Amino acid sequence: MQQVGMQSKISVKGLNFYYGNFHALKNVCFNVPAGAVTAFIGPSGCGKSTLLRTFNRMYELYPKLRAEGEILLDGQNILAQDVDLNLLRARVGMVFQKPTPFPMSIYDNVTFGVKLYEKLSRSQLDERVEWALKKAALWDEVKDKLKQSGYSLSGGQQQRLCIARAIAQRPDVLLLDEPTSALDPISTAHIEELIHELKSEYTIVIVTHNMQQAARVSDYTAYMYLGELIEFDLTDTIFTKPSKTQTEDYITGRFG
Amino acid sequence: MKNDLYRKRRLINFINLSMSLMAMLFGLFWLAWILYTLLKYGLGGISLGLFTQTTPPPGSEGGLANALYGSAVMSLLGAAIGTPVGILAGVYLAEFGSKGWLAPATRFVNDILLSAPSIVIGLFVYEMIVIRMGHFSGFAGAIGLSLLVIPVVVRTTENMLRLVPNSLREAAFALGAPRWKVIMFVTIRSAKAGVLTGILLAFARITGETAPLLFTALNNQFWSNLNSPMANLPVVIFQFAMSPYEDWHKLAWAGALLIAVGVLGLNVVARMITVKRESA
Repeated sequence: MQQVGMQSKISVKGLNFYYGNFHALKNVCFNVPAGAVTAFIGPSGCGKSTLLRTFNRMYELYPKLRAEGEILLDGQNILAQDVDLNLLRARVGMVFQKPTPFPMSIYDNVTFGVKLYEKLSRSQLDERVEWALKKAALWDEVKDKLKQSGYSLSGGQQQRLCIARAIAQRPDVLLLDEPTSALDPISTAHIEELIHELKSEYTIVIVTHNMQQAARVSDYTAYMYLGELIEFDLTDTIFTKPSKTQTEDYITGRFG
Repeated sequence: MKNDLYRKRRLINFINLSMSLMAMLFGLFWLAWILYTLLKYGLGGISLGLFTQTTPPPGSEGGLANALYGSAVMSLLGAAIGTPVGILAGVYLAEFGSKGWLAPATRFVNDILLSAPSIVIGLFVYEMIVIRMGHFSGFAGAIGLSLLVIPVVVRTTENMLRLVPNSLREAAFALGAPRWKVIMFVTIRSAKAGVLTGILLAFARITGETAPLLFTALNNQFWSNLNSPMANLPVVIFQFAMSPYEDWHKLAWAGALLIAVGVLGLNVVARMITVKRESA
């Protein structure tokens, strides 16, 4: 695997993942560069979401799922038994495919994660909410209705609220699992702009089944197929001169 | 346009639609008849005295005030005891019961309790409480009613929590929220309307229950506290309707009308909560 000359935030070493007996990730090794956007692409069922969900150990919620190997976040193995899952998840934020606002006001949605790990005064909380909503490009649309339910927003707004909720906690890493697949083109454009804005401060990993989106938003791209990481490189390289024919076939639409 | 397949489908559609319409009319017919009868015989008995005077001896003026009071106290207390137990058990089944044998066993026992004849519950409380205390009491009545509330609330709470999509739980866990916070502030909150509906329906059910009270609270001609036999609408209706006295019959009809309207009202409110939740 070609090593890209950048500081890495997450190092994946010999990662194997199992759904019961099904071997879903096969000896995956690569480094997620810090302060950049990394995209996972590949056909459905190739394991890209599974890989993403090992970074915050989301799979622990369900029985019979297990990961083997090492994932180093800033040098610390997050797959170790003694890792506090709640603290890990506070450091690694996640946004899901469908918008998931909580059944509470817009304000409380944004402060939900913040209040778990920080003791802030009312005015500090207000500032944090404004900061996060501005980052998520939602502030102007909701600043007069922060007390309204999160459900009152449109789908695209709800997704930006979820992004605001994730970054309000000021995580190190932001995981985006097909964040625009349930959204219309305008909301999608909003969110892609947002990813550009955010990458200077966060390490972002995005799963997408839209290759154009990967090309537009990411700096690095990993192509996966049947649980294996086929190729990982600069996005420009992957999309212009991939080193493996398999990757090229997928990119050019010959299969997948 | 001529198409045999389409014509056949339309015919089948018509037949099925007619049958479900008839089934609905069949059910509604009896409900309408019951309400009509209750209104016809009960409306005449509705007066201010009904709500201010206690149950009379035969041949004198009276009302149902003590029975209404007893029913309200025992039903509220029964719901107050049964609701927390039911919600806690429902949360356990939905949120913690994914592995092990305890949850399936609890669910099975709860289903038995749900379909147990209420007279069995009455006899059970009679054995457990009335005999030991040495007398009938409103307290025993409330316990009996709470045993009817529990299985209904357990079932609706579990079902409503299961309707909450896992993605919402995942989103809360992804912020590093501990499990109890996820359940308290996200899962239960989004299932709130459904859980509330279950509580209301359970409450509606116990306000009309006679059998468990017959063996526990019995009846009382006067005002009473929870430590003594307590008047209540269903048993009063039962006794007055069986009596040979004309004025008792009139009170029984009025009481039956009150219960029917009350239960109908609770069900309508429960429906409205559900509809509001669906449109939200």
